[in-house]
Amino acid sequence: MSEDTALQRVKFYQTGTHTVGNRLMDEDKRSVQSSIDRSNAITSGHRACQGCGEALGARFALDAAMRSCDGNMVAVNATGCLEVFTTPYPETSWQIPWVHSLFGNAPAVATGVAAAMRRKGRAQTKVIAQGGDGGTTDIGFGCLSGMFERNDDVLYICYDNQAYMNTGVQRSSATPPTARTATTPAVGEAPGNVFGTGKNLPLIAMAHNIPYVATATVADLHDLETKVTRAMNMSGSRYIHVLVTCPLGWGSATNHTILLARLAVESGLFPLFEAEDGAVVRTQKIRKKVPVEDYLKLQKRFAHLFKKDREDVDRIAAIQKMADANIDRFNLLGERSAP
Amino acid sequence: MLKQIEGSAAVAQAVALCRPEVVCAYPITPQTHIVEGVGELVKSGELENCEYINVESEFAALSVAIGASAAGARAYTATASQGLLFMAEAVYNASGLGLPIVMTLGNRAIGAPINIWNDHTDAMSMKDAGWIQLFAETNQEAADLHIQAFRLAEELSCPVMVCMDGFILTHAYERVDIPTQEEVDAFLPGYEPVQVLDPADPYSIGAMVGPEAFTEVRYLAHRKQMQALDLIPQIGTIFKDVFGRESGGLLHSYRTEGADTIFVAMGSVNGTIKEVVDAEREAGKSVGSVSICSFRPFPLEELKSALKGAKRVVVVEKSLAPGLGGVLASNVRMALREVPLPVQTVIAGLGGRAITMKGISEVLHAAENGSLSDVTFLGLEQAVIDREIARSAEMRHAGPTAEGILKAIQNRPAAERSKAS
Ligand SMILES: Cc1ncc(C[n+]2csc(CCOP(=O)(O)OP(=O)(O)O)c2C)c(N)n1
Ligand code: SF4
Repeated sequence: MSEDTALQRVKFYQTGTHTVGNRLMDEDKRSVQSSIDRSNAITSGHRACQGCGEALGARFALDAAMRSCDGNMVAVNATGCLEVFTTPYPETSWQIPWVHSLFGNAPAVATGVAAAMRRKGRAQTKVIAQGGDGGTTDIGFGCLSGMFERNDDVLYICYDNQAYMNTGVQRSSATPPTARTATTPAVGEAPGNVFGTGKNLPLIAMAHNIPYVATATVADLHDLETKVTRAMNMSGSRYIHVLVTCPLGWGSATNHTILLARLAVESGLFPLFEAEDGAVVRTQKIRKKVPVEDYLKLQKRFAHLFKKDREDVDRIAAIQKMADANIDRFNLLGERSAP
Repeated sequence: MLKQIEGSAAVAQAVALCRPEVVCAYPITPQTHIVEGVGELVKSGELENCEYINVESEFAALSVAIGASAAGARAYTATASQGLLFMAEAVYNASGLGLPIVMTLGNRAIGAPINIWNDHTDAMSMKDAGWIQLFAETNQEAADLHIQAFRLAEELSCPVMVCMDGFILTHAYERVDIPTQEEVDAFLPGYEPVQVLDPADPYSIGAMVGPEAFTEVRYLAHRKQMQALDLIPQIGTIFKDVFGRESGGLLHSYRTEGADTIFVAMGSVNGTIKEVVDAEREAGKSVGSVSICSFRPFPLEELKSALKGAKRVVVVEKSLAPGLGGVLASNVRMALREVPLPVQTVIAGLGGRAITMKGISEVLHAAENGSLSDVTFLGLEQAVIDREIARSAEMRHAGPTAEGILKAIQNRPAAERSKAS
């Protein structure tokens, strides 16, 4: 890889939680994305939908990872949108060594890569595995748990867009209650996903007592970068669960990608925290708590909750309860609360 | 060095001599002793520079091997039966990615009904997965084939499955000449991957391929197998130079000169068949046999010439394609498509049922007097079948077949029972 091909013209870069692309920002406060010398895991020109949170999340996560190890890394990918939109043969968007095998085996393939690296005297080469929520919480769950149990030296990043997007928006075990998907249509007595809380993979990961677990979103890319960098400087199994907006699957406007991710956090639906060796060590407080409706209303997948004639008050209240429970559990309002 | 040793232990030692760098496996009878053996060699330090990974499933076992192989390590795993089916998706993936993984298959039936004994159904289920499939006739050959398999796999960048009959070989103690490390090192160079996950030269491995190139990719997989038809005998010759014995190859012919009837089979049953051939030759019959070692690629031309001059071919096979008949027989017919030779098949030894010399001799006699049908089930207990058919005819639902058959066997009169066996 020559230096030149690794670099691309800067398009956007984040300067704070709420702004993107302000080039008047002080140099040292800018994200790596605005630097002409930045790392570049995925080039543009791939085939993600406009406003794809997964493309954004993966790009920031892997660029940060590259930076922290000077590009000495390998990425393993599960089947899913990220894999499909980046590698339509004979093209590839990946500037790093990258391997895709199957939908459900990314953690095990990564284990194999890490084992080979150790044996080849290249243990410094970092191994990152990545998958969507379906690949992670459902079909690859056994492999992931095995990887955690062995504490294999792999950073696993889950891009959670809350459904199987690549196959046309079907429910996964990370799909939130009431959400409409192709397999949980908004018909019948309980339209959308039947009630439940979904599998909470960050908590399950914590239960394996692995060195590091964190949650992040594409709303705060600095935070995502910080967490990736922190994880990259550790060894053993590390898990980062990134909430990524999917305009196609969520039925959201393409310019709401960041906003929605932020509302998921500010409502309490998606708590941001970090855990080490099974215990929470840091949480990100909510700045200004918003009701869950603010988040739900912007997405067509929840539209059936807000029908003019009969707003589904009970189910919205139940979602609010989930958000409040998260706020309690992680003390998200804490000192900084602004009611 | 000659050792009185269990087949699994012999294979474990042969694999260790090949210096694998990543080994992973999941227990399933009758393969288990092999990976336990390798594991012990790793843990005790006898096999150095090897990662032994304890995984949570066969699917993970082969997936770990895929990752390791893609990252440039010599990778090995082993399985059997349900385990092979559980890793099926990864089996196709390993060959599609062109990764030279070597895997032992301790052949075993596939349930339901659950059955741990030997037949070839498992291997047949993956016959078109793009792996090279070699069948061992003896434990010596099983050990030797593994050493050749790594070389073959790495020269072609294609995975190789070494199949050995469960229990009959894996658990049998017999004399095996275990090579020295020097011999194996002289024969098997280190693994040099054609494409590797390396930050200094980044590749995307496993990209998505559409209709515009998929046929070409598949064709190239086919071509690799055709190349293997030349490579397998070549490697066999080099093996003989280094180790002083012949082992493997595409097929072995036994007393086929002037034979009217030739048996074709795979694996350990060839031992029994050869005994029958010897005995029947003594009795003046013109009979011979061919043992297929390389089932994939299938040696069409070599088999055709090995069967030249015969009046009939009888395939003895430990698998069944329900609704068709014999799997091996279909392949043999393909080899004989321009030759007007009758090919009949005998489905034998399913789920570990013993194949006796007497049974094979009876097959031979039936073939000679023209009473052998195209598909014959050796030792089939017709009374049990009839009873089950009658029983299920009376009911609206047939119910669990296996349980019904078992009941029928238990309930039938003692006199009839002894007659049938
Ligand atoms: C064994 C298997 N089953 C099903 C599929 C089909 N499939 C491909 S991607 C996918 C969904 C991916 O969803 P997710 O992991 O959430 O990733 P996303 O596309 O949403 O990023 C499915 C079901 C497959 N490739 N392999
Ligand atoms: S479907 Fe969703 S996750 Fe997939 S590319 Fe489109 S926006 Fe991204």
